Amino acid sequence: MSRESMKYDVVIVGGGPSGLSTAIKLKQLDPNLNVCLLEKASEIGAHILSGNVFETRALDELLPNWRELNAPIKTKVNKEKFLFLSKTKSLSWPTWLLPAVQQNHKNYIISLANLCRWLAEHAESLGVEIFPGFAASEILYNEDGSVKGIATQDMGIDKERNKKNSYEPGIDLIGKVTVFAEGCRGHLGKQLIQKFNLNQGKDPQQYGIGFKEIWEISEKNHEEGLVMHTAGWPLDNNTYGGSFIYHAENKQLFLGYVIGLDYKNPHLSPFDEFQRFKTHPAIKRIIEGGKRISYGARALIEGGIQSLPKMYMPGALLIGCDAGTLNMPKIKGSHTAMKSGILAAETIFEKIKQNKDLSIYEEKFKNSWIYEELYRARNVKPSFRWGLILGIIFTGIDQILFKGKLPFTLRHKHADHETLKPANQMPKIEYLKPDNVITFDKTSSVYLTGTNHTDNQPVHLQLKDPNLPINYTLEKFDEPAQRYCPAGVYEVQKQNEQNKFVINSQNCIHCKTCDIKEPSQNITWVTPEGGGGPRYGNM
Amino acid sequence: MKILVAIKRVIDYNVQVRVKEDGSGVVTDNVKMSTNPPDDNAIEEAVKIKESGKATEVIAVTVGEEKAQETLRKALAVGADRGIHVKVDGIIEPLAVSKILQKIVDKEKPDLVFMGKQAIDDDCNQTGQMLSALLNWPQATFASKIYFKDGKLEVVREIDEGLETIEVNLPAIVTCDLRLNEPRYASLPNIMKAKKKSIEQLNASDLGVDITPRIQQIKVEEPPKRKAGIKVANVAELVQKLKNEAKVI
Repeated sequence: MSRESMKYDVVIVGGGPSGLSTAIKLKQLDPNLNVCLLEKASEIGAHILSGNVFETRALDELLPNWRELNAPIKTKVNKEKFLFLSKTKSLSWPTWLLPAVQQNHKNYIISLANLCRWLAEHAESLGVEIFPGFAASEILYNEDGSVKGIATQDMGIDKERNKKNSYEPGIDLIGKVTVFAEGCRGHLGKQLIQKFNLNQGKDPQQYGIGFKEIWEISEKNHEEGLVMHTAGWPLDNNTYGGSFIYHAENKQLFLGYVIGLDYKNPHLSPFDEFQRFKTHPAIKRIIEGGKRISYGARALIEGGIQSLPKMYMPGALLIGCDAGTLNMPKIKGSHTAMKSGILAAETIFEKIKQNKDLSIYEEKFKNSWIYEELYRARNVKPSFRWGLILGIIFTGIDQILFKGKLPFTLRHKHADHETLKPANQMPKIEYLKPDNVITFDKTSSVYLTGTNHTDNQPVHLQLKDPNLPINYTLEKFDEPAQRYCPAGVYEVQKQNEQNKFVINSQNCIHCKTCDIKEPSQNITWVTPEGGGGPRYGNM
Repeated sequence: MKILVAIKRVIDYNVQVRVKEDGSGVVTDNVKMSTNPPDDNAIEEAVKIKESGKATEVIAVTVGEEKAQETLRKALAVGADRGIHVKVDGIIEPLAVSKILQKIVDKEKPDLVFMGKQAIDDDCNQTGQMLSALLNWPQATFASKIYFKDGKLEVVREIDEGLETIEVNLPAIVTCDLRLNEPRYASLPNIMKAKKKSIEQLNASDLGVDITPRIQQIKVEEPPKRKAGIKVANVAELVQKLKNEAKVI
């Protein structure tokens, strides 16, 4: 069946910081380029979730007058704290003893979703065509194997894949260059990495799951501009993770937790660890008397330069966290994502105007600050496989004494789906019941995300083997999907004495954790009908 | 035949609405907005009637702030021919909206005015009825089916007792129920085309309508939280609790 098609100079998939930066930079280089950008969320920003302490370096390059343009970047960091937590105590680590990459006095506390909305308005004013509510569901290839563009999804298909009355066929969007900027574990990016062997010779990618809640807290506990991080409790020495607590404007607190998805204990529930974290006296004190107003979760990429795939291929570029440009020790990826997007635009401009090969992207990348930053950061995350304490000692030596220039590179040895130990070999973890004041269950949390998917559409969480969850994963790992999913999508239910694996796909908040952590890689996340998923506000 | 469709931009139905701390209203900053859901049905029905050859033009009209134009663009993308945006900042009450619509009707002379049965933000369910009174036109509210019959309109209405079928003369006001139809998706090419369709911009004052609110909003607050339910062991205990604790039997 031939679909309608539309031709552009550049097709960008994803309206996050990297894709929007590419779009803006392209129009700055040549206002006559036809650029379109697709976003699966119902509006730009609605699927964006990030801490976020923002380093303005890339934005300074892209839009040096962002202050005059009234960018939603207002709250300058004015105080920093780093705490080590034990179960009841906290030890404050002097900030002068933090590596430079973890010092934030030049940075701002922002909502990345709002920044993306602002970038999108700017891009539209430059003539970029932005289509929210449209999911790119398929990669199109030319006969020579190069990427030709993408196809948007057919809308109005029912569960059995029949056409509903509202059926609207997808269309082909064809670009001279297609830019994939879907964010961490993009479902098309994953296919490209495989098809073009982009990760050949690279370490397995590393991921984390990040949670974020926004609280409105009482005035006496709020110190606008204060940035706080913690390590330690409730995680054990062998589980990588930590928290962030940012005092944003309007008495809001951005409170979050990140846990490395290389955790070993299948009984661990990242969501419940986050909830438990809030009961620590040092944290509870801040949020007590406040009100939780938002919740969300998203996988993030932690592999760094060792795991960074090749970012160019015939006809296309893979940028931002779709490739994996996050700087883990800095706990920041927005500025690097934006820079990778700016470089993409420069590459595409030279490709279209001077017929240069897209492979020049690599050189541009290597010559830019983004590479230097990621190179120096490379040894931090892998050192934590020796545990929190040794990891910190090594990081101190690596980052403070050698500034990331040690003459060796630690490798990532395992992919995150390989790290789980059998359930019967690992201790069970008791989690507290939520009190609905400080701690909550998944159902009431997902409710806050505004998540919805059109009824009666195909399940977008696909099982390669539908029997595996019960026949193998339940027995060996106590089906960890029940716990690693931050939205309660996966359940094992007893029906007539039989265990049944239930997928509540309408709850999915598009975090991609299942696609990453499922021990047999049995779950594939594909995009549901465009416009579905969470409706995050100022996340 | 011309059809005028009135639509409203509201907080998206999936968003959990949050009351402002000072009780002065609800939070709309950085909140996803979209077309009032039954207004989508109104647009869909008008476009369907046009596609069946019975109407020649579908005009979408909205009253609201600058960004309400997004709602018009969406209506244009699913088949409306042109848009009218009456720009108003701040709260506007149903009476003022219906007076504005009256002026637009005087100017455009449509044979039918469609709109959603009510808006999901204030749940007033008044604009259609008030417009009907102002114009002295027949009204068919809560329409879940519409047929043309010998120059008249037969409308099936969703009412408390079930379904009621009525007949109205044209011109008429029809307010639409969610069951009326299944709104279509806007396709990418149609969204592109919609960008080129015209939107006329007017101010309420140009139309000579006084939009000063007549209702003073004292306070907005969240409904009280429901208490958790309990499980009873048997029917006897249930009856006992209904009698002595709930005191309903």
